[in-house]
Amino acid sequence: MRKSFLAALALTAIATAAPAAEVVVYSARNEQLIKPLFDAYTKETGVQVKFVTDKEGPLMARLKAEGRNTPADLFMTVDAGNLWQAAEEGLLKPVSSKTLAANVPAHLRDPDNEWFGLSVRARTVVYNPNRVKPGELSTYEDLANPKWKGRLCLRTSKKVYNQSLVAMMIWEHGEEKTEATVRGWVKNLATDPLPDDTKAMEAVAAGLCDATVVNTYYYGRLKDKKPGLPLAIFWPNQNLQNKAAGVHVNVSGAGVTRHAKHEKEAVRLLEWLSSEKAQNLYADVNMEYPANPRVKADPAVAAWGGFKQNLINVAEAGKLQAKAVMLMDRAGYK
Amino acid sequence: MPGLIASGRLAPWLAAAPIALLTAVPVLVVLSALAHPDQEIWDHLWRFVLPELLVNTLWLVLGVGLGVTLLGVSLAWLTAACEYPGRRFFAWALLLPLALPAYVTAFVWLGLFDFTGPLATWLREGHGIMQLPPIRSRGGVILVMSLALYPYVYLTARAAFQGQGRRLLEAAQSLGESPWRAFWRVALPMARPGIAAGLLLAIMETLADFGTVSVFNYNTFTTAIYKAWFSLFSLPAAAQLASVLIFFVFVVALLEYQLRASRNYAASTRAAATPTRIRLGGWGAALATGWSALVFGLAFALPMWQILDWAAGVFASDFDARYLEFAWHTLLLAGLGAVLVGGLALVLGYAQRLRPGAAMRVTARVATLGYALPGAVLAVGIFIPVAWLDNQLIERLSLDGQVLGGTLLVMLLAYCARFLAVSHGPVDAGLARISRGIDEASQSLGVAGARRLWRVHLPMLRVSLLGAAALTFVDIMKELPITLMTRPFGWDTLAVRVFEMTSEGEWERAALPAAAIAIVGLLPVFLLIRHADHHAHT
Amino acid sequence: MLILENVAQSYGTKQVLKGVNLQLKAGQIGCLLGPSGCGKTTALRLIAGFERLREGTIFLDGETVAGAGAHLPPERRRVGLVFQDFALFPHLDVAANVGFGLRHLKGADLRQRVREMLDLVGLAGEAGAFPHQLSGGQQQRVALARALAPRPRLLLLDEPFSSLDVELREKLSLEVRDILNQEGITALLVTHDQHEAFAMADRVGIMNQGVIQQWDTPYNLYHQPANRFVADFVGQGVLLPGKVINSRQVEIELGVLEGRIPGECDAEGGCAKCDKGCMVDVLIRPDDILHDDASPLLATVERKAFRGAEFLYTLRLPQGGRVQVLVPSHHNHAIGEGIGIRLDVDHVVAFRR
Repeated sequence: MRKSFLAALALTAIATAAPAAEVVVYSARNEQLIKPLFDAYTKETGVQVKFVTDKEGPLMARLKAEGRNTPADLFMTVDAGNLWQAAEEGLLKPVSSKTLAANVPAHLRDPDNEWFGLSVRARTVVYNPNRVKPGELSTYEDLANPKWKGRLCLRTSKKVYNQSLVAMMIWEHGEEKTEATVRGWVKNLATDPLPDDTKAMEAVAAGLCDATVVNTYYYGRLKDKKPGLPLAIFWPNQNLQNKAAGVHVNVSGAGVTRHAKHEKEAVRLLEWLSSEKAQNLYADVNMEYPANPRVKADPAVAAWGGFKQNLINVAEAGKLQAKAVMLMDRAGYK
Repeated sequence: MPGLIASGRLAPWLAAAPIALLTAVPVLVVLSALAHPDQEIWDHLWRFVLPELLVNTLWLVLGVGLGVTLLGVSLAWLTAACEYPGRRFFAWALLLPLALPAYVTAFVWLGLFDFTGPLATWLREGHGIMQLPPIRSRGGVILVMSLALYPYVYLTARAAFQGQGRRLLEAAQSLGESPWRAFWRVALPMARPGIAAGLLLAIMETLADFGTVSVFNYNTFTTAIYKAWFSLFSLPAAAQLASVLIFFVFVVALLEYQLRASRNYAASTRAAATPTRIRLGGWGAALATGWSALVFGLAFALPMWQILDWAAGVFASDFDARYLEFAWHTLLLAGLGAVLVGGLALVLGYAQRLRPGAAMRVTARVATLGYALPGAVLAVGIFIPVAWLDNQLIERLSLDGQVLGGTLLVMLLAYCARFLAVSHGPVDAGLARISRGIDEASQSLGVAGARRLWRVHLPMLRVSLLGAAALTFVDIMKELPITLMTRPFGWDTLAVRVFEMTSEGEWERAALPAAAIAIVGLLPVFLLIRHADHHAHT
Repeated sequence: MLILENVAQSYGTKQVLKGVNLQLKAGQIGCLLGPSGCGKTTALRLIAGFERLREGTIFLDGETVAGAGAHLPPERRRVGLVFQDFALFPHLDVAANVGFGLRHLKGADLRQRVREMLDLVGLAGEAGAFPHQLSGGQQQRVALARALAPRPRLLLLDEPFSSLDVELREKLSLEVRDILNQEGITALLVTHDQHEAFAMADRVGIMNQGVIQQWDTPYNLYHQPANRFVADFVGQGVLLPGKVINSRQVEIELGVLEGRIPGECDAEGGCAKCDKGCMVDVLIRPDDILHDDASPLLATVERKAFRGAEFLYTLRLPQGGRVQVLVPSHHNHAIGEGIGIRLDVDHVVAFRR
């Protein structure tokens, strides 16, 4: 312990004089979700994985500042918007890998192959079965209908999940229509936007409102802890035939950094993460859906029922994110 | 030139300027983004975001300012000057809320008192009372932040009250004033510099806070800066907002300084009369104990109880040997950081004492600006020049990897930029209480300059310095953005654990490291108060 | 005016005051004089009300302010206090300090009274100054003006001049006395400096170990000390062993002293019973001995201290006793020289051995 401290304090580069078999990861996906995977990878291949976690924004600022001399080989984050932004700022490099192309469906990766989705996070509707008949629910857009007045709870617009959702809606319907929808949501709110998905669901369960929009794994976690809560999942936008069809999905994913020193190892790790072996480990630990279509979701997750995903490329969410944020500001969605 | 240094004319500047640069460089790096203003985003913010957040921020600063003053001063007075049941316990226990990260306290409060919380549910189901006053409201944020931040005022005001001794209050009494009125007319006005120092810290932290206001989804300048940067991907717009914030803080800080510098409160060096406390009896004692217990309960016991309850639930699954390492890292960083920050604050305060004047005042204010900036903004501002320097070194010297990045040295310097204000406040207030006559006496005995600081001021400042170091210690323990951004690979701390859990909404699991922080933070708080009380009595 | 009756105070097992009795008439200036730790400051704080009285009673203007379960808080006693360190409010200027206790006055009345007080102490020009900008003497006067402004029933002064230099001390103590007399203030001062006490006070109480040894005029304290402690503490002088011849004569080394062997020496054993042959100590002050070159009685100069107009010689007597004598300074004798002396005792003060 003392030695590592001295080495760290000393102004030397000893620590980074890299052995060959090593990958360095900057990750916005939290330690408890990635460490088991990296441990398994090291065990299987002998390649050491060094990683550091932080929020997406600071990690990108860090990559940018370090430029050519960054120690990072792989940038991993939990939202397509951030991945798109990283690519936009030239922090990632394209990877041509047949394995990745085969394992990750087209709409879950960058059109230029600079990043790849590794798990799917579905943002869906959760309602209180005591107060809502499933038949009343249909689409995200329908939640703007005056019949939901005083019955809707939403998480804050500051969370990237909602920004992506609205960004996708802008892609589907255009700004004007989307703004009307968002204004409708705001009008229907039973209470000020809540700080997180769990709080939103608890409000629904407590009867403060009837329905909300959340990521499924939050639902899974809450139901695990308090199975008795009157909450149920509804998959919206299933019966549409237009481009708005399907449940809005986002990804957690990763891309190889532009100045990666261990590019080959990074690609290999990325391929491994998308493989059948790793996908369950990757997704199940957080009750997410595997990105690889050949891998089945965790039985507990699968029990919520199958659903049709929206097939628009998630990169569009990144492109339109700033627009979405400004739109929500205009609409008074806090 | 060497002559000038030897004669001490330049020395204060040579000491103060580098300290100020530690903060000035990151701030300038952030502000440099102003060179390419982002008109479109700025227009949007101006129209749709700024009006709300200006009002919100103003209310928050006013509300929290009033709240922390009320709580901090009343409790400081009670524990410093009065005697009532439980005083000895409350004297140090009332500092404990500092050891809890404010956003964790906020989350616990929200959980307990929101519509879905146990209290509201119980009232609703058992008693048909549908509505509590909403906790997710302006009043709620102000209440919770006041409860989390009052210890800053408590600590500095308490030191000020203790420094006064009882003599002046007796003088007031002999002139016909009751103890209660003597407090208003003598003790309070005299403690003003100390109170102002603590208040300034609380206000700076309020302005810089992102975590707590996020829990309440309350929009402030800081949330707007985060939005501009991380959601709208516009660094220039974030810098534009930050520059307004910096300007505001600068003005407030200079005002505080004016308030303080206009009067010389150096107390008489003669030992005060035996420190007799005002003995409260009957209703007075009941009220004092009740008030102390209420604040302690709401600000610490209640959230801590919830945190421990959660932590107990996940202890079996989450606790492992790595926690020893997290705790060791936390203690090491906080300990080294507190010593370094305290030392620099002392040097800076002493430089100000040697060279009073507008230029030095501004220098000191620049040096302490880092505390008012949103943490992540400052972290990036620090990281960019470090990375630049690294890249220069790597290219000039054809090195293999980073030299500075990922070293503890950078982390510690970054903490200095962030927390200098925390130490500077108490140290400065402490220095102000030392009569100038002491300086002259020492000089006449041939002890001047740095030696005088070491031999004369340092021993006299022991209590203030210890307070400064303890505050910095607990603040570093809780610090996130800088720790996240500059820590070496694998160098996780307890605060980092809290981050890993809360950022995925796993608050119950975050309770374990949060409880560990609070428990580790207990020690310095306890020692600090014991030491301060001991010295007030000798 | 001020009466202390059997006042006793203890902290834990330490008895600080034991049965203190004291009376001060209106307009009188009293003083408690004693070495540090004698309990004088405690007495002052009891009168001011900062300490709770354990035993006895304190009356002020006929009102029981402390004792018998009563405790009037300090702010309601109307007792002014001048502190040793002045305790001026550092955050207030001189005028505000002086006006601090004048809560019942407003506007012009307040300013009027403050000006009066500042005129009284000669600080009219410093009204706007802050305490730290004043000299020690000025601070002293502000403290006095502040204490007097609310017209207290009684003024207490706690070693009021001890932090000032000697010259200033004398000048100020006379000034303060004049001011107090002029205003007809009843005052009680505590000090360890007898010059201060004698310059200011009409009545002085010598305190030792929590007891007032003697409460008397300065003249009587000097010339008729009630006991050895008072004799020793007040003024200069030595005790020489002597033998009582009869009720009017006592013999000491220097000869036979004539005069009443006073009953006052009763305090430590009762001279009344001290008959012929009884051994006593006789107080010999420097002014009881005259230098006389013609005198057959020779004493050796042991030490000498130049005092301008006089020398204070310490002389050794042939049989080993020592006395002090004041001699006009043109009589400059060397150490070791023998000089002639003779007794000139006005009255005899003797204590039984």
